[in-house]
Amino acid sequence: MTDPSRIRNFSIIAHIDHGKSTLADRLLERTGAVEERDMRAQVLDDMELERERGITIKANAVRLDYTAGDGRTYRLNLIDTPGHVDFSYEVSRSLAACEGALLLVDASQGVEAQTLANAYLAIEAGLEIVPVVNKIDLPAAEPDRVAAELAGILGGDPSEVLRVSAKTGEGIDELLEAIVDRLPPPEGDPEAPLRALVFDSFYDTYRGVVSHVRVVDGRLEARRPVRFMATGLDAEADEIGIRRPAVEPVEVLDAGEVGYLVTGVKEIDLVRVGDTVTDAERPAAAPLPGYREPKPMVYSGLFPTDGDDFERLRDALEKLRLNDAALVYQPETSRALGFGFRVGFLGLLHMEIVRERLEREYDLDLVATAPSVAYRVELTSGETITIRSPQDLPEQGRIVSIAEPYVEAMMILPAEYVGTVMELAQSRRGEMGEMTYLSPERVELHYELPLAEIVFDFFDQLKSRTRGYASLDYEPSGYRPSDLVRVDILLNGQPVDAFSSIVHRSEAYRYGRAMVERLRELIPRQLFDVPVQAAIGSRIIARETIRARRKDVTAKCYGGDITRKRKLLERQKEGKRRMKMVGRVEVPQEAFISALRLEP
Amino acid sequence: MTVRLPDDPELAEEAAGLRSAYVHVPFCRRRCPYCDFAVVVDGDPGVDAGTEAYVDAVVAEIGMEAPGFGPLDAVAFGGGTPTFLRVDDLARILSALDRGFGLRPDAEVSIEANPEDWSDELGAGLVAAGFDRITFGVQSFREETLAFLGRLHDPEQAAGAVAGARWAGFRSVGVDLVYGTPGESIEAWQASVERALDLGVDHLSAYALTVERGTALSRAVAAGALPAPDPDLQADAFAVVDRACLAAGLRRYEVSNWARPGHHSRYNLSTWGGGEYVAFGVGAHDHRGGVRSRNVRRLDRYLAEIAAGRRPRAGSERIEGRLRELETTIVGLRRAAGVALEGLAATLVDHPEGRRLVEAGILAVRRGRVVVVDPMRTDAAARAVLSLSEADC
Repeated sequence: MTDPSRIRNFSIIAHIDHGKSTLADRLLERTGAVEERDMRAQVLDDMELERERGITIKANAVRLDYTAGDGRTYRLNLIDTPGHVDFSYEVSRSLAACEGALLLVDASQGVEAQTLANAYLAIEAGLEIVPVVNKIDLPAAEPDRVAAELAGILGGDPSEVLRVSAKTGEGIDELLEAIVDRLPPPEGDPEAPLRALVFDSFYDTYRGVVSHVRVVDGRLEARRPVRFMATGLDAEADEIGIRRPAVEPVEVLDAGEVGYLVTGVKEIDLVRVGDTVTDAERPAAAPLPGYREPKPMVYSGLFPTDGDDFERLRDALEKLRLNDAALVYQPETSRALGFGFRVGFLGLLHMEIVRERLEREYDLDLVATAPSVAYRVELTSGETITIRSPQDLPEQGRIVSIAEPYVEAMMILPAEYVGTVMELAQSRRGEMGEMTYLSPERVELHYELPLAEIVFDFFDQLKSRTRGYASLDYEPSGYRPSDLVRVDILLNGQPVDAFSSIVHRSEAYRYGRAMVERLRELIPRQLFDVPVQAAIGSRIIARETIRARRKDVTAKCYGGDITRKRKLLERQKEGKRRMKMVGRVEVPQEAFISALRLEP
Repeated sequence: MTVRLPDDPELAEEAAGLRSAYVHVPFCRRRCPYCDFAVVVDGDPGVDAGTEAYVDAVVAEIGMEAPGFGPLDAVAFGGGTPTFLRVDDLARILSALDRGFGLRPDAEVSIEANPEDWSDELGAGLVAAGFDRITFGVQSFREETLAFLGRLHDPEQAAGAVAGARWAGFRSVGVDLVYGTPGESIEAWQASVERALDLGVDHLSAYALTVERGTALSRAVAAGALPAPDPDLQADAFAVVDRACLAAGLRRYEVSNWARPGHHSRYNLSTWGGGEYVAFGVGAHDHRGGVRSRNVRRLDRYLAEIAAGRRPRAGSERIEGRLRELETTIVGLRRAAGVALEGLAATLVDHPEGRRLVEAGILAVRRGRVVVVDPMRTDAAARAVLSLSEADC
């Protein structure tokens, strides 16, 4: 059994692009886990999409053997964490598997909101934090300023902040020493019944569900019966092992150790992140604290542009779900878009990732409706229902009140942009909370905001108003009643379900106006005048008219042209066949897509 | 002989039974920026051979046509610029046609001409050669529009040519006009139309300026150097010419054609009715024995094929059965006379697509015929015909 005092479990908290993957590569290389010549840049981010977007979606754990300055060899378990707010629950579980964290900040950029949010999560979880300033080799680096900022946030001394360049390797040795010296070893009862935390779970086509676990108490042994305490699933530990990063099966994982577990289970639903694995024959009395069901926050309709692809979309979602317990969906029918699915996501990034994977890995061409949130509607019958799609909103007469989810948003931005950001937050119904100067130049700003506003365009607006310098993080802070209405968009008097949206009454006119103007531009002229209207219930709040097409004829048609003309008409007719009918109006699929893709 | 209106349904149906011939003369002094016809200008391959060699080739091609067609009710010379040829060359082709197929004594023999080519001698020569119908490519009586269209004549030349042709003794004198040229106001267009009508023309063709692929105009529009024609303004311009012609005693008998009674183009009415015709020259299309064939578009190839003793075909298509019915219905609907309420047309008006068109004020059933009542939207009806599945019929 490994002496727990020789184990260090840690993760790296960093903003996108601040160099986490490069640092991980450097640690792997310096500890000999991978040879320099075998080094594929950024070993840990193995999904294509992760590489491209520079983010880590799935946590991973690698064991490094490091012989420290004291002559002893330590087991360093580097636990990778997803970097984005959408995955904050997964972050919290990854952090729960560690005793310490490196807080890595780009020397040329300073602390970002998401980094800080994750650092706070780590501090709350009782982790020891080692602040590290990275990229000190850059010409624009300001290590002193950033170190002071970090020290200010963590309440420490700037001299405790390490300075490294993951790229050149400068400071890496000192960092490894600090991991051993400053991070505490795991504590746990090796004799108690097994309790291991599932901090990551993914589906492998050949092995079924593979989980990453941190053994807290007792020991996890190969070929022993295990139980997942939240889902109640009993299975056998077919294989356990570690990654270096190559997979290496082992017989035992002791208290304090980190590794993987394969049970042959095929349903990822049954092996959830945050669950506790115990010994089925000698179960622990209580699971580890902190388990939470994954909870979608953002919903969107996904429809194949080609109706024939519905089955392929269903298959693709099923496959993605194997790997993503947070992904929920159910079939949805739209008059405008045909058959598709209403899909729930953890947040906007999660939504984008899922959409991109569907399009890229499954070669689907999709239309996504505007993202919305889950509203709680109190009915005159006394009942309260939750609706996830604007179409599900009952008629006005049956509604007593509608409540919408709010979030506590934290933004970090250069002080010069405080005015414009406050203005933006105010215009999106934000209520200001605390404002803290992290340094004379940088401000941490808190707002209570409706999640729907963030989902709408808040983040893009924030970025554009601050030239990309602001960062945002948010967490749910409960529901509040709001004066919300559903704006319907009518084409020739017929509502187009895909364009209905629940918005604050004060925003209804703006939304309606924007949509009817956009559709007037996008929908080709028809045989007759087509009114495009925005309505709240039966009240029209905006109207435009697509004037009937007045000229639809070729000027000349003589003997020789007849074949050419017939072929031209055939092509036009084919184009027409691909249009969707909304009542008597022919709408090209592209018009729906463009209308939904543009920012409102 | 009773004179019948150009849009008379019986006239339209009878025209399908006419036999005609078309001769294409590709030469032009320069290429107009909007034109995508088969034309050649100085420097193009084959032009060096000269017009006489071309006329020889056309005469030779006429000799290659299988016998058994004719006699001819109509002969049309188009281009290009037919008057680029000398009158005796034109006469040579005419007599070759007469030898090959026979020309009815009352046959319509028409020619297109550019105003700048006009002279009283030319007119006298053409009439003497047997031409009884002339159409001038006037396009506009407005200087700026003529400049935009790259034309070489001025409004006064055009007016002089029309007046001269009347005196020369042509039975029918007509002009072609173009509407919807960017920068031309409705008022300016109306003035152009009225100038033409005041000259007493028997026939008027008015075409919406169209941006054809591969033309200089299309490149300029794509590059943003010129605005594209505005279809709404073109619809307005159509209403203007339609009203003015009616007031002047010319009736519309096709989307772009108006004529006084008795002065419709027999050749054109025949092609719109699905009638058969032979055709000779570069890029010419014929329709004979249920087959439509087209000649090569390049002059040098045309000459080479003829020299090798071959018909210079570029391709052909069988037009029969359902395809023939589709075509005659689509093209027939361009005529003011419309098509008989039978076959595809009858199916259409009972079909939801057809009913939509009726509701939208595009299609109507009148006196046992299906008629497009808003000619500016004829293609909507044509697409509806094409969309009728086999199962509908």
